[in-house]
Amino acid sequence: MKKILLYIFLVVSSIATLIPFLWMISASFMPDGKASVYPPVFFPTEIVLDQYVHLLTRLSVARSLLNSIILSTMVTFFSLFFNSMAGYAFAKYRFAGKSKLFNLLLVNMIVPSQVTMLPLFLMLKSIGLINTYMAILVTGLANIFGIFLIRQHCMAIPDSLIEAAKIDGATDFQVYRKIILPLAVPVLVTLGIITFLGTWNDFLWPLIALTDDSMYTLPVALSSLMLEHTRDPELMMAGSVITIIPVVVVFLVLQRYYIKGIMLGGVKE
Amino acid sequence: MKNSYSFSSKAAYLFLAPAVISILIFFFIPVIAAFLMSFTDFDIYALGSFHTVRFIGLKNYSQLFDDPLFWLSLQNTGYYVVLATPICIAVSLGAALLLNSKLIKYKGIFRLSYFIPYITTLVAVAIVWRFIYHPKFGILNYFLGLFGINPADWLGDPNLAMPAIVLMSVWKTFGYNMIIFIAGLQNIPEDLYEAASIEGANEWHKFKAITIPMLAPTTLFVSIVTIVGYFQLFAEPYIMTQGGPLNKTLSIVGYMYQEGFRWWNMGYSASISFVLFFIILIVTILQFKLQKSHLA
Repeated sequence: MKKILLYIFLVVSSIATLIPFLWMISASFMPDGKASVYPPVFFPTEIVLDQYVHLLTRLSVARSLLNSIILSTMVTFFSLFFNSMAGYAFAKYRFAGKSKLFNLLLVNMIVPSQVTMLPLFLMLKSIGLINTYMAILVTGLANIFGIFLIRQHCMAIPDSLIEAAKIDGATDFQVYRKIILPLAVPVLVTLGIITFLGTWNDFLWPLIALTDDSMYTLPVALSSLMLEHTRDPELMMAGSVITIIPVVVVFLVLQRYYIKGIMLGGVKE
Repeated sequence: MKNSYSFSSKAAYLFLAPAVISILIFFFIPVIAAFLMSFTDFDIYALGSFHTVRFIGLKNYSQLFDDPLFWLSLQNTGYYVVLATPICIAVSLGAALLLNSKLIKYKGIFRLSYFIPYITTLVAVAIVWRFIYHPKFGILNYFLGLFGINPADWLGDPNLAMPAIVLMSVWKTFGYNMIIFIAGLQNIPEDLYEAASIEGANEWHKFKAITIPMLAPTTLFVSIVTIVGYFQLFAEPYIMTQGGPLNKTLSIVGYMYQEGFRWWNMGYSASISFVLFFIILIVTILQFKLQKSHLA
């Protein structure tokens, strides 16, 4: 009896949690005006793709989708490269000022990113980088959380592996490229998906740094569309579906790695 | 680590350079610049020619002190944090306890449905919720109507707008805390519960005497992460209410954005950002203090 009640509760609450998404998907396939009726319609009587066609052809959402894909991929690639080199150095090298440098970098975790945005905007404006991909890329090149995660992982790699490679004549970079990186694949995937989703979902900095609609990422494009389409739920729901589906797919495929990242305490919004 | 001295430190610096230099240029320098800016009258004229900028000491901060809109943004954000944090913690702990129960199968699928909102794009779901809250056609009023509850203008009523944002935020973030709580629950040794059962403790006693104290460090961690995140409230009001009605959902970051990037009062905006930093710093220090006293 208790078990049945538990299941009923779980099923009902799961559906309740998912209802916003179900309604979003359903409304996105309705023709204009069909989602603005009372009582609300939960399933489209006829499925039309008008909203998607409108968004992708007449409004510049296709371009925003492309911007989001390019930017999230670029930030992920560069931050994995930079963070992994630094994490490896912190794990396996001895050098002057090591612990001081690491502690200094920890400040990166405490200061909210909003503090940096005003000077960053002025800096990038003065060198003409506002409204370019670079404006987003430069803020995501490296971060202490990524360095920390990779350092922890690399510390478990035995020194003997590295030494053996050195005796065989490998350079420092070859050791990193041929030994460390392959062994770090799980942590790189974890960090990669966190970075990708974080960049895709980010809003405030892209809203500030991307000023022209041809450069907008999806969240910025959606917020700007919302200003003119407050009475078009069908259109806006299609825009939300286009924005959300890629992150859900990436998450579902690499779920295990993402959850591991959360356990390591690192996912910040 | 004993042989690490054999790896040359020149290589280490080369490996570190790209990350450290980019964090230096795009993080540390802007933080210091923002601090200096908060003591200047940097405004729209200064955007044209930097040399019109003057140091004005603490004037921005004293102006903040007398600015009713700033106090309102502080009060709104505080209200949001105080309301949303306990609800979020309670819901995520409840979900974690349910999913940790031995009676349940197919945990993965339930966990997934609770967690999905967390990974989705905030701006997109804020738009979805804006329509869910629609006074005439919104599905929330429809469902409440089934239970005989009168429709409300969720985002248009000054007393309901922030609670409506709280509901959406809890829905969006509880999945993250739930995952951390599940991990915390699984770390509690099973024999503690067995021993208590032998002594005749019921479920409620076990929850109070074992689960709650053993979970205290996890709860502390989760609370801090949640509070720090919630203090940075921005996108939800930006999309759903534009800070209205009657500025009742204007947040600290919202006010900072408005002053800095709409009116270009960048010196003043920088001082707002440092108040935010200060609040977050205090919360973080409190966490370290509490963690230490807990371990001692």
